[in-house]
Amino acid sequence: MTLAHRKLVTIITESALENLLVKDLEKFGVSGYTITDVRGEGARGKRKGDWDQNRTICLITICSSDLAHVILDHLAAVYFEDYAVVAYLSDVEVHRGNKF
Amino acid sequence: MMLDNLLDPVVLCFVVGVAAGVLKSDLQFPEQLYEGLSIYLLFSIGLKGGIELSRAAPGEVFLPALATVALGVVIPLVAYFLLRRLGRFDRPNAAAIAAHYGSVSAVTYAVVIAYLVRIGQSYESYVTVLLVVLEIPAIALGILIARLGSSTGGVKWGALLHEVFLDKSVYLLVSGLMVGYFSGFERSEAVAPLFFGLFKGALALFLLEMGIIASRRLEGLRHAGFFLVMFAMAMPLISGALGTVAGLLSGLSLGGTTVLATLAASASYIAAPAAMRIAVPKANPTFYLTAALGITFPFNILAGIPIYHAMARFAHSIGG
Repeated sequence: MTLAHRKLVTIITESALENLLVKDLEKFGVSGYTITDVRGEGARGKRKGDWDQNRTICLITICSSDLAHVILDHLAAVYFEDYAVVAYLSDVEVHRGNKF
Repeated sequence: MMLDNLLDPVVLCFVVGVAAGVLKSDLQFPEQLYEGLSIYLLFSIGLKGGIELSRAAPGEVFLPALATVALGVVIPLVAYFLLRRLGRFDRPNAAAIAAHYGSVSAVTYAVVIAYLVRIGQSYESYVTVLLVVLEIPAIALGILIARLGSSTGGVKWGALLHEVFLDKSVYLLVSGLMVGYFSGFERSEAVAPLFFGLFKGALALFLLEMGIIASRRLEGLRHAGFFLVMFAMAMPLISGALGTVAGLLSGLSLGGTTVLATLAASASYIAAPAAMRIAVPKANPTFYLTAALGITFPFNILAGIPIYHAMARFAHSIGG
């Protein structure tokens, strides 16, 4: 069984951006995504997730390398300056390569 | 009077909440409980207002509502001017902070109502309508002011208005109002034990959590600067005075004037921050959250409400 090489895009950011990011990703044509609530600390302070304005999400999606770079460039251009965002790509191997 | 207010269980719960945060207790409400309590409180507030509205004379609400809209425009403008001229804040930050002070805090509203009930002061129960009316204009105005000076693209007003009007807190208040208004007093009796009988206990519990949250915002104090700290205590007094005048001129009773003054003095920390984060990303949340939630909210709960009551009494003694 051969596995297909794809990119895993991980975005950790303020929950305020959830709706905007989902819209962006759908516009770029990703086939799906997963969001979880997380907490932690970074350059913009502790994000304990104890109430609305202090929540953090982790959004992941698997897509082609080209699309992953488009997404990352878009994040850098639109959100990096004003919001708490950490985003990175990693290599993954998947079954059903046509799905992603 | 001030000490008496401090000994109210709701206020004391807030104090022990702040202490839990300051002393770094590991006490933390589960997110679902915080969400659940806020849904319950907001819907109850709306429901009670709606039932009272169904018994009020039509037209009675019109003048106070008009005065409230005026407050929603004047307060953010005054706040913006002070922040820009005296505080030397840049446009996005001044506009975002001004929007918070023009908008309202529903929890502060619930606490002033509890205060009036406790001291036996009657008030026009339809004032809940004023809470809803005051929530929105300042947020829209703040965004408008922030965007006037920026060259980066137009505002997506459609999406933004959707965000503001269908924000969960606004939606819960408005839907509570409608359910209460249409079902009326008699038909609502069956739900009264849950929504009104348990209200103050739930409010006390919620204030405990709010104390913990507010104390965490105090970490931002050293970034906020001396001016903002002073502003966060002076601005509610200015808006409270404006609210008192608006209440007196629009014919509200002493109790109603106290409520409107408190609404005017309160600063939003739910609807406004959510809208500002998206609409005015250049504004630093540390500033508006520290001011509105870390300073003004505790100030109003602990000291402000008796002061606004005294202002309203003074205004009514010379003007009414």
